[in-house]
Amino acid sequence: MRRFLRPGHDPVRERLKRDLFQFNKTVEHGFPHQPSALGYSPFLRLMAIGTRSGAIKLYGAPGVEFMGLHEENNTVMQIHFIPDQCQLVTLLDDNSLHLWSLKQHGGGSELREENRFTLKGPPGSPPSATQVTAVLAHSSREVLYLGTESGNIFVVELPSFQVLEDRTITPEAVLQRIPEDNCNRRSCELVEALQEHPKNPDQILIGYSRALIVLWDLQNNKAIHHFLGSQQLENLYWQRDGSKFISCHYDGSYTQWPVSSDSRQSEPLENTVPYGPFPCKAISKIYWQTTKNGLPYIIFQGGMPRASYGDRHSISVIHGSQQTAFDFTSRVIDFFIIFSSDPAAEFDDPSALVVLAEEELVVIDLKSAGWPAVHPPYLASLHCSAITCSHHVSNIPLKLWERIISAGSKQNIHYSSMPWPIDGGTNIAPDPPQRDLLLTGHEDGTVRFWDASGVCLHLLYKLSTVRVFLTDADPNDNMNTLGEDEWPPLRKVGTFDPYSDDPRLGIQKIYLCKYSGYLAVAGTAGQVLVMELNDEDAEHVVDHAEADLLQDQEGYRWKGHEKLKTRDGPVRFEAGFQPFVLVQCQPPAVVTSLALHSEWKLVAFGTSHGFGLFDHQQKRLVFVKCTLHPSDQLALEGPLSRVKSLKKSLRQSFRRMRRSRVSSRKRRGGGGNASEVQEANAKFDQDALQEMELAPVQRKIEARSAEDSFTGFVRTLYFADTFLRDSSRHCPSLWAGTNGGTVYAFCLRVPPAERRMDEPVRAEQAKEIQLMHRAPVVGILVLDGRSTPLPEPLEVAHDLSKSPDMQGSHQLLVVSEEQFKVFTLPKVSSKLKLKLTALEGCRVRKVTVANFGSCKTDDYSENDLAVLTNLGDIQIISLPFLKLQIRYPCIRKEDVSGIASCVFTKYGQGFYLISPSEFERFSLSTKWLVEPRCIVDMPEVTSNNHVHNKPGTENAARKSSPSDGGEDERKSGRLMEHALLNDEKVLKEIQSTLEGGR
Amino acid sequence: EFRRFSLERSKPGKFEEFYGLLQHVHKIPNVDVLVGYTDIHGDLLPINNDDNYHKAVSTANPLLRIFIQRKEDADYSAFGTDTMTRKKNVLSNVLRPDNHKKKPHIVISMPQDFRPVSSIIDVDILPETHRRVRLYKYGTDKPLGFYIRDGSSVRVTPHGLEKVPGIFISRLVPGGLAQSTGLLAVNDEVLEVNGIEVSGKSLDQVTDMMIANSRNLIITVRPANQRNNVVRNSRTSGSSGQSTESSLPSSAPNILGHLQAEEESDEEDIIIEDSGEPQHIPKAAPTSGSIESLSQIELLHESTQNGFLPSGQTSLNHSAGSISMECEVPEPGPKSLEEDGTIITL
Repeated sequence: MRRFLRPGHDPVRERLKRDLFQFNKTVEHGFPHQPSALGYSPFLRLMAIGTRSGAIKLYGAPGVEFMGLHEENNTVMQIHFIPDQCQLVTLLDDNSLHLWSLKQHGGGSELREENRFTLKGPPGSPPSATQVTAVLAHSSREVLYLGTESGNIFVVELPSFQVLEDRTITPEAVLQRIPEDNCNRRSCELVEALQEHPKNPDQILIGYSRALIVLWDLQNNKAIHHFLGSQQLENLYWQRDGSKFISCHYDGSYTQWPVSSDSRQSEPLENTVPYGPFPCKAISKIYWQTTKNGLPYIIFQGGMPRASYGDRHSISVIHGSQQTAFDFTSRVIDFFIIFSSDPAAEFDDPSALVVLAEEELVVIDLKSAGWPAVHPPYLASLHCSAITCSHHVSNIPLKLWERIISAGSKQNIHYSSMPWPIDGGTNIAPDPPQRDLLLTGHEDGTVRFWDASGVCLHLLYKLSTVRVFLTDADPNDNMNTLGEDEWPPLRKVGTFDPYSDDPRLGIQKIYLCKYSGYLAVAGTAGQVLVMELNDEDAEHVVDHAEADLLQDQEGYRWKGHEKLKTRDGPVRFEAGFQPFVLVQCQPPAVVTSLALHSEWKLVAFGTSHGFGLFDHQQKRLVFVKCTLHPSDQLALEGPLSRVKSLKKSLRQSFRRMRRSRVSSRKRRGGGGNASEVQEANAKFDQDALQEMELAPVQRKIEARSAEDSFTGFVRTLYFADTFLRDSSRHCPSLWAGTNGGTVYAFCLRVPPAERRMDEPVRAEQAKEIQLMHRAPVVGILVLDGRSTPLPEPLEVAHDLSKSPDMQGSHQLLVVSEEQFKVFTLPKVSSKLKLKLTALEGCRVRKVTVANFGSCKTDDYSENDLAVLTNLGDIQIISLPFLKLQIRYPCIRKEDVSGIASCVFTKYGQGFYLISPSEFERFSLSTKWLVEPRCIVDMPEVTSNNHVHNKPGTENAARKSSPSDGGEDERKSGRLMEHALLNDEKVLKEIQSTLEGGR
Repeated sequence: EFRRFSLERSKPGKFEEFYGLLQHVHKIPNVDVLVGYTDIHGDLLPINNDDNYHKAVSTANPLLRIFIQRKEDADYSAFGTDTMTRKKNVLSNVLRPDNHKKKPHIVISMPQDFRPVSSIIDVDILPETHRRVRLYKYGTDKPLGFYIRDGSSVRVTPHGLEKVPGIFISRLVPGGLAQSTGLLAVNDEVLEVNGIEVSGKSLDQVTDMMIANSRNLIITVRPANQRNNVVRNSRTSGSSGQSTESSLPSSAPNILGHLQAEEESDEEDIIIEDSGEPQHIPKAAPTSGSIESLSQIELLHESTQNGFLPSGQTSLNHSAGSISMECEVPEPGPKSLEEDGTIITL
């Protein structure tokens, strides 16, 4: 009965667990999925982005970010900062308004929802009466003006959201002062724009959809002027001095209107269709910015000729004779201009154009010649080509770090050198504990190197494997080709390019050795590239070898994709990681596992057919092993990706269907009221339920057998120096685990360094273990005599790890999807096991060894297994006794792609995709925690009169901004210094080996 | 005394002919004998009619090992599962022959001659409305052969009757283990898998649990047809619903232990050392240190439950149409083994 007793509750261990483990989701990296609204506060120098799922995110200086989530998860339609306040108002698509505040709390600032409000009309009125279409946050900071579909403008007090009914501006009141002959009641339907006079807060400009524009006096409640356009109105913009304003229209025209005190009805100064004369698309938003030299900047969205360029997402900038239409690869959500916000300044002097497109943020420097883009320090579009895999490397040596940065800086020369213009708030987070790299592989054959040390995920360097291969697309095809007399003057900007030329280029596996700078990258068509870091451009021939993984099998025909064609002759590579050898697997199936041993100069790779070992020093294939079961036709014939992609496309089309249904329901101005929508919702759910009952999902219950499909699929490869044959001599070994629960171990003979080029590397199969439960093997690990996992290659050589204990007996840990098993070595007998699936019904998806340090004492740390299951739970399991320590729910189990994308770090952190463009970062450790900590100071406001008050506060904000930048530089400098001082000796040694190795 | 000869696998003929052949081969034309064979799991099973004779021939892989005993010396308990571990008793019985002169003409095997494929267990601790079924997957090539689905069942709760989600058997594959037992039926509600309650678990989770336990699957069901339940006197037949619910948790830990103890034996993995030579070394891997490589004899004794093949048999010749057979006639007392090269083709 002993074995049934629960392990005793050990209070000492329980306390230690509290010091070691803690689960936090700390920050979201990347670009928000489905952004729907943009806001900017020149006062706080913060930008706000709202999304269709109801999230609101604020960004300032790098490291300054806040996030909030509307409970309703409804689309954020508009965001308005309250002038000169740490507050903002959001409008959702359910017509609700939400007031958010940045409040200081415990040393940092926090974003909190303060209040919410939905405009209610009189009983019996149609919903359009209160459907908010335009919001004006008045500079008095006391009221909001809400323009509605009905043409009424309601006045709401802040922060209480109390409707001031006596101040409502009704269409009737507006029409009183306007001659009947050119206006009627219908002219005042749907308020399209509300703008406050830049100099006189008592006057607001009201733009109605039917082109009637009225300058309204708030004090006397009367129209001072009215302006009548000929085309449907889209938006309005005041010029800085308040003497003129611009209206833009549905037909692609804009009109400049003078505001003079003498005449009550004005004629336009200028009416232009910039991309005429043929019919044009609407100009939906326009800025008119004055400059010292007199030539204004006219910046507007849309207006392209309807027939030829109607599908473009463009923003045009006109400055004198210069004109460029920035052409975005995805829909433009909104944009704003950063300009001098000091009211005392005479001119706008715009410095930057900030554009939120559906898939990326683009910032254009308007001060430098040629209007180059600014490299954003955050909000990177992770998905500019779809992410296919990721790989995390902790604690990068400084030398390698600097070399990668230097390679990357050569790629970024076309970016502007302008400091990041959105720089509000102060980052008060401690320096990141170490330098971490996150490598993402993409569908287009690129690998992106991200600085994942801190809160801002920042692109350091981009590697492309495309040059090695011959593809249809010309790699020299420049995105920014601009013909001399091309009209309209379109210029592509941004990096989002979801269209891959060739899906075979997709990166599937990445392995970087941080000590040697060797990088192995493997892809969809069985290509394995080994690369070396070179600080200079170079032109050389990439050696080519084939690995026939079916060599002793006959009569099989591969029906999947062909291998990629390679370029003959020397290829020019830019500074950075340059491939020197290509191993091509045959059949060219997707590479499913990869391991690199930089000390032995060996690379191992596996597909659904088998695995092989390549000596990249001698450029010789050492051996291949076929793991395919003869009857496994499915694995033989086609790529797994085909099955997957079919599934994926099905899933996506379903998602699209669902989305379109949702969006049609949510379309603005739809006639249905809330209860109808709810009813429709309920009916939809019921239908879905019925559908489910009609066709019940059933699952087959069957034991696994050797004949199942994809049993030969190689899931994991592992190099270890351990006791494979006998307990007296250890030797290099390669371990491979398959989908069918088989583990192969090969004994390797690697010649000593002095004869490394002369003698061949030899390999001999030493063991084959068949797990009886036949579940896929997802992890293999050897523990040394002290039960510590063996160190990484070169780790000991660089004195960064204790030498492994070769005295005590080694143990082999095999992790399958269903259980964990420890075996003795060299004689394989099972020692311990932990069953997961049989007891809990969950399966291992990801597993890594992580080192956990105690937050109480610096000298205690231990190694545990961090495990992610198919249910999205994270479990920590102790080594070597395989005891479950703790369990945290992390990812929704329905989020299959999130679970598949998860990557753990060596120090108990992790990343997973919450959307195609965003990584969620989490931490399991009490010690290593990277999360935003920042503060937004509210400059003191003493007076409500904003005209007098404004200069002071704006100056303060502006003054603080350059010093912020300086502090950042200092900070990063400090970080480097700190790292240097900490392990100078170590780093010197690394440096010397790196140089010696070259 | 050994004889080795070959048989046409596709045309094994009738049991009488085979019996005659054996008597001929061993030159014992008028001696009544009991014929037995070791099946692929190492169990000693009888050959006494056409059916089990055909079964024996068809499962030969490729060797069929036949044991022949003089009928007057024979003991029927020698056959069946675990026979080899009971060898000692067999021998003592053999040494103390009983009077078995009168035999019925048609010999029906004893219960222990059959390997179990399923059983109802824990009847004493389960409520009457539930049934706990154990499926013995090892030892047969039959698929488990059933499907499960989501569904809902009505439970008695403190708030009255409530519909709760449950897992149900949706389909039985004809000829599968589940169907052939007759203990499981479509629409039976699955309550537990190897002692672990499935309530609150998704269909996929339960599927994974069943597959992970497939080598020794124990499922507790509430049969859709409640008329064939085991009726015990202590309970009135009216009690169901609530009472059954409450009785489950108390018994669960008990069962769990029981189940775990039983499944230990069928979990061993296989290790092949140095693939250069075809040297399978199946290795039971107990926690008490390592066992040296096993001889073939030991294997026969050991492998009754482990479910893997002794290496000698798998690596021998694979002549397509015929099988070769090894016959052994155990004789009381110490004996010298010699091999006779006679090969007869039918």
